[in-house]
Order: sequence, then structure tokens, then C-alpha cells
Amino acid sequence: MAPPSTRRPGFSRRAQYGLFFGYVIAVAGVLFAVLLLLIAVIDPTGFAALKGASLDVTKPVTAGGRGVVNFFGGLGGSVSDYFQAGSQNAALRKQLAAERQRLIQARVIEGENQHLRALLKLDQDNPGTVAVTRIVGSSFASVRRLATLSAGSIAGVRVGEPVRAAEGLIGRVIESGHFASRVLLVSDGASSVPVRLVRDGTPAIAVGHGDGTIDLKTLEMGKNPFRRGDVLVTSGIGGVFPPGVPVAVVAAVQKDRTVAKPLADPARIDFAMVLPIYQPLADKPLSPQTQTALEAAQQ
Amino acid sequence: MSRIAGSRRDVAMLGFRRQTVPVLSTLFASLLHALPIVVTTPIVPDIAFLVLLSWRLLRPEMWQAHTALPLGLFDDLMAAHPLGQSMALWTLTFLVFDFVDSRVGWRDYWTDWLFASVAIALYTAGAWYVAHMMGSQAPLVVVVPQLVLSIIAYPLVALIVVGLDRWRLAR
Repeated sequence: MAPPSTRRPGFSRRAQYGLFFGYVIAVAGVLFAVLLLLIAVIDPTGFAALKGASLDVTKPVTAGGRGVVNFFGGLGGSVSDYFQAGSQNAALRKQLAAERQRLIQARVIEGENQHLRALLKLDQDNPGTVAVTRIVGSSFASVRRLATLSAGSIAGVRVGEPVRAAEGLIGRVIESGHFASRVLLVSDGASSVPVRLVRDGTPAIAVGHGDGTIDLKTLEMGKNPFRRGDVLVTSGIGGVFPPGVPVAVVAAVQKDRTVAKPLADPARIDFAMVLPIYQPLADKPLSPQTQTALEAAQQ
Repeated sequence: MSRIAGSRRDVAMLGFRRQTVPVLSTLFASLLHALPIVVTTPIVPDIAFLVLLSWRLLRPEMWQAHTALPLGLFDDLMAAHPLGQSMALWTLTFLVFDFVDSRVGWRDYWTDWLFASVAIALYTAGAWYVAHMMGSQAPLVVVVPQLVLSIIAYPLVALIVVGLDRWRLAR
């Protein structure tokens, strides 16, 4: 089929100019859009009001339909559970016996820990939660891994606050509307969380890989300290994420790369807790006094 | 409708439908981003772009290149892209297809699919590059499953768009 030739406006000057100005507008529009992108690169929190409003507008659809999706998702799980009941039962029994022993050990350690803390006069830093909410949606058609929470600034959610589930860390709030907010998941390529290995305390950085897994980067070069099954928790370095929140479990150790899976799967968890920033001062710019002192020290 | 010419109201209604269905269906496809789907791997095709592409390939004479700007802005807001991503990429797609239309004299189903596949590949790579600029360190390999699914999904979306086009022009 030959394409229709109605795009050629013929000999009419007016129509020719009209077509020409259409292209001028389109090219100018592309340049304007690129400018907007550059602004977004320099200041990712720009246009917060506009983005927050669009989040608020789509929230009813997202939040309302989530129950339906959960029902169907659960249905598939239940059917497969039914068929695997026997073998699963045996495996779970074995696991339960092992876990029970570990639980007793953990209780002993906890008691010892409390005792030592009391000796050191460290206060239990447990500032509570900002909000308890649900994950209702995600940016499923994009390279970025973002999720939508059904609580916004009215519930006290602010940009920058960490979000966790009972299973582990989910991410950090990057946009907030009045009734909804958006979370940068730990598996996003732009997310990096300071973590430490539970086994021996080795510090590392957990950088998202963009496909639901996490890359672990050690701070020192040389041999790879990770083993399959190792659990990583936040270290509290950087002052944003509170220490001791489980983040990921090592799934595969390759030569130059360590792949970990996040412990909290945003597609399955029921509730997400928004936590206050661990050390609010860490996120703030330096005070003028510190600034001048630093400059004086450099000279 | 069996009448040749309807009442004035019917004619106005049909005219409205004829003019707005393409734009409204694209806006609706952008609204699909609000669906409560939570996935941790990028595999779901960007339906809004596929709908827009299908309309553009089906009715080249209907679209001015700058129409993609406001549509892209709406998509950016719905899909949580950084503002300007879909605006730039969609308008560039339209400009490139205007150029292709002026060069290629003959088209059929398979060439349309081929052009659409190239456009989808460039669009996915462009979206990846924007994410890269925004600080994401995800490798390009991560978007390959989404790219393949989008190319496979294109004929299905085109089928729906052709159906909408028939309904739009029906009297």
C-alpha cells in the first residue's frame, strides 16, 4: 500500500507555511523537553508539585485495584502449594527444628546485648515509624524500579525517608504527593545502600541492578568475602537508613560480581513502614560555622 | 445506523468521535501506568507508546509531529518518567516517521512491523539512556526482555487500534 500523499499541501502558500511551522514547533518542543530532562538531572526533586498532583490523581485506581491483583496472585500460589504440600511439609519440619535452636541462641544473645547496652548507657534508638501503609503500584513499564505507597505528606511522609517491611528494607521515598508517594526500590539502578555482612561485619555497598537483583560492592579490592546465603543488613553509615535492617541475601557469587536478592519483595509484602531519617542532620548541608572552619583548615 | 444522513446531533457526535478517538485512546493507554501491578523486573511493554506508534503508522496523514508533545507530557506524569522523556522521544519518533514517509513509497504489514520494531528498539534504548543520565547504573541488558515483549506485542496493539479506527469511522 502506498502511503496517502495528503501530507503534501500542494501549491497553497498558506498550507505550506502551516506545515513548516508545525515542524518548527515540534523541533522547538523536542529541545524544550531535552531542557526539562537536563533540569531533572541537575535537580531530581524539581516540579515536585506537578508530579505529586499526578500521583494523587491516579492513586484511587491504583489502590482500589490492588486487592483484585493480590487475590489472583494469591490464587496461583495456593494451587501450587496444594500440589507440593507433602514435600513442603517435610522440608518445613526440618527447617523449624533448625530455626528453634537458632531462636534460643538469639534470645541468649539478645539478653546479653541488652545487658551490654545498659553497661555502655547506649539508649535504644527506636524512634518509631512515620506511617504504616501499603505498596499499591510500581513503574512496571520503565527501566526505573519505583513503587507507589498509599500514604503521602498528609500522613507525614517526606522525601528522603527510608521505607521497610517486616522482611527487610524496601527503599527510600523520592516523591511525595498529598495522598501517595513514590519509593526508589533498593533494586533500582540509582539506589545504593551502605550495608554490612551479618556474619563478620564486612562493610559493603548494595547497588541496584535494575532487574530485581542487587550488586554487592566491597570497599576493599581483592578477594570476594561473600558466600551464597549470606545475609546483609544496613550499617547505618551515611545516616539515612537505620542500622540493622535486613536488606538482601547473597544468591550467586561470580568472579567479579556478587548478586544478591532483596529480602522484601515489593510485589508480595502486605505493609510497608515509612521510617524517619536515622540521623536527620546527616542529610542537611553543613552549618556556616563548620563551613568556615573547614575552609580555614584547608588553607 | 441505517439513515444516510442523521440528525444534526448525530452528525456532531460522529464528528467528535472521529476527531478525538486517536488522542483519547493514547491518553487512556498512558493511564494504564496507574494499574496496580508491582513487578521487580522491567518486562511489561510500554503500551502507551505502542498505541501511539500504531496510530501513527495506520493514519500518517492525521498526525502533526507536535501533537506528540502534550501526549508525551501526560505520559511522563502518569508513568513517573522524568519530565521531558516521553515528550522528547515521542516527538522525535514522529519526526523520524515523517522523514521515512517521504522516502519510502511502499508499505505493507511486514514493513510496518519492521519500522515499529526499529522505533521500539530506539525508544527503549532512549529511555534506558535517560535513566542512565538520572544516575541509574542498570546495564542495557536489563531492558532486553521488555524490548522483545514489546516487539511481539506490537501486532496485537495494532489490531486493537485498527478496530478502534473502524469504530471511529463507522456511521
